[in-house]
Amino acid sequence: MHVLLDSLAMIALCYVMGFLFQGFYRQFNARLQRRWGPSIWQNLYDNMKFLLKSETLIHGPMFFFGPMIIAAGAITTLLFVPFLKDSDWLQGVSTHGNLILIIYLLVVGPLGNALAVGSSGNPFGVMGVTRGLTRLMGLEVPFFLGLALVMLQHETTSVHAIMAAQDGIAHWNLITNPIAFAVILLPFIASQNASPFDVVGAPVEVYAGPRVEFGGRLLGVLMTQNMMMTIAKLVLVVDLFLGGASNVLELIAKAFALFLLTTAISAAFPRLKTEQTVDFFWKVPLGLAVLGVVLNVWLI
Amino acid sequence: MYHKSDCEGFQCEQRMLEANLGQDDAGLGVVERLIGWLRQRSLFVLAYGTGCGAIEMRPLMTSRFDAERFGIIGAATPRQADVLVISGYLAVKTLKRVIRSYEQMQEPKYVIALGSCTINGGMYWDSYNTIKCLDHYIPVDMYINGCMPRPEALIEGFTALQERIRRGEPGGYQRYRDNIDWYKANQRRVFGDNMPPAYTYDWYSEGAT
Repeated sequence: MHVLLDSLAMIALCYVMGFLFQGFYRQFNARLQRRWGPSIWQNLYDNMKFLLKSETLIHGPMFFFGPMIIAAGAITTLLFVPFLKDSDWLQGVSTHGNLILIIYLLVVGPLGNALAVGSSGNPFGVMGVTRGLTRLMGLEVPFFLGLALVMLQHETTSVHAIMAAQDGIAHWNLITNPIAFAVILLPFIASQNASPFDVVGAPVEVYAGPRVEFGGRLLGVLMTQNMMMTIAKLVLVVDLFLGGASNVLELIAKAFALFLLTTAISAAFPRLKTEQTVDFFWKVPLGLAVLGVVLNVWLI
Repeated sequence: MYHKSDCEGFQCEQRMLEANLGQDDAGLGVVERLIGWLRQRSLFVLAYGTGCGAIEMRPLMTSRFDAERFGIIGAATPRQADVLVISGYLAVKTLKRVIRSYEQMQEPKYVIALGSCTINGGMYWDSYNTIKCLDHYIPVDMYINGCMPRPEALIEGFTALQERIRRGEPGGYQRYRDNIDWYKANQRRVFGDNMPPAYTYDWYSEGAT
């Protein structure tokens, strides 16, 4: 019973934080472009409107299961990420999982996307998925090496143990292991589909990419899972590098600080091409990651 | 009405036109009102740049007039769009594509027609190749007249449409669904043999939701 209530609370918190953060993102971008921008609730309105629309498309069963797989992947991922430390609440099922499981669950989304879009047969969608999987090839190796660096440093795969080890700002992994944070930051931005690496949904290039065939309720489901996934990943990085949080306000403040950093980076840089993205990931973050592994394993 | 202290000339006419826009529909329940309110706050626009009106959509969407503050934002594909904006005259060839795009949009969907060309053909009234009255082929929810209407006029039209959505008035898509035979007969008259295939609209007659 406790787990059920707790999971529902986590999903609700994730959803609310998701639309508020993305609403902030839209307003932030608008102010940078010297306009007023939408209200901060805009993403809630958009999402609700899509969930209340009709859905008349028929592309076979996989087209409907795809978004469900993606949404299930997002919800499972967020349930395995502990939101708070030293608390009974907002833990989900995280005590039964570890970082390696979360790494596996992060790939469910792109996989479901590929399945759904493949069955729709839209060339723009397929193009978007191809770009997405190419980018995944680039971003995953440094991202997982960065996570491995954190696991190496603490010699555990448990997110709880890593959080517990970071008591006080001087023991944050951001301070003690800055190389791992630098390695993870750019792949993290890419996995949030933010600006320099937003090759997947590139609006004027591939017309919304994988989402091109989705309209109505399925698009609503996709938007919902996207907002939740954004927050789940933010909270994971907060847990691993910013020492986690002991109450909800601290969690929101830390996640927001991280979000502000990634938003500022993505607002400053224009979109790269797909091959430039992969080149970049295989050179800079991966080089840093290899350096970090060498430092961690042989020198320290 | 024409008190000089209150309003003058066209301002009074404008006020008379807008007088009924503010009324609340009493027949709606709380849930319908909430749904209507959520819907009117978020309009994804598919701007079909057929004529010169396309040039007025750019300033509307960009920093100067910033339609995003009303929740109006461009959609990438017809599937994700709520509002189809027909900006100007329509050649018969273009009309076919417009109808195809319109039928792919998910309900509730609305059509905004810009400029006099969509009302009576405008300066193309005697052209052999353009249609005169758009409303005969797809249901138009809101006309914004002018040649061309400025972005301010577009914002006015969009907010009037939002007001109608909020009050839960039946949109044009219901008219299209109810009178599909009449619309299809009109379309067949201009297309002749080039009619889009029946599978593109047969779910309308089946009453699919």
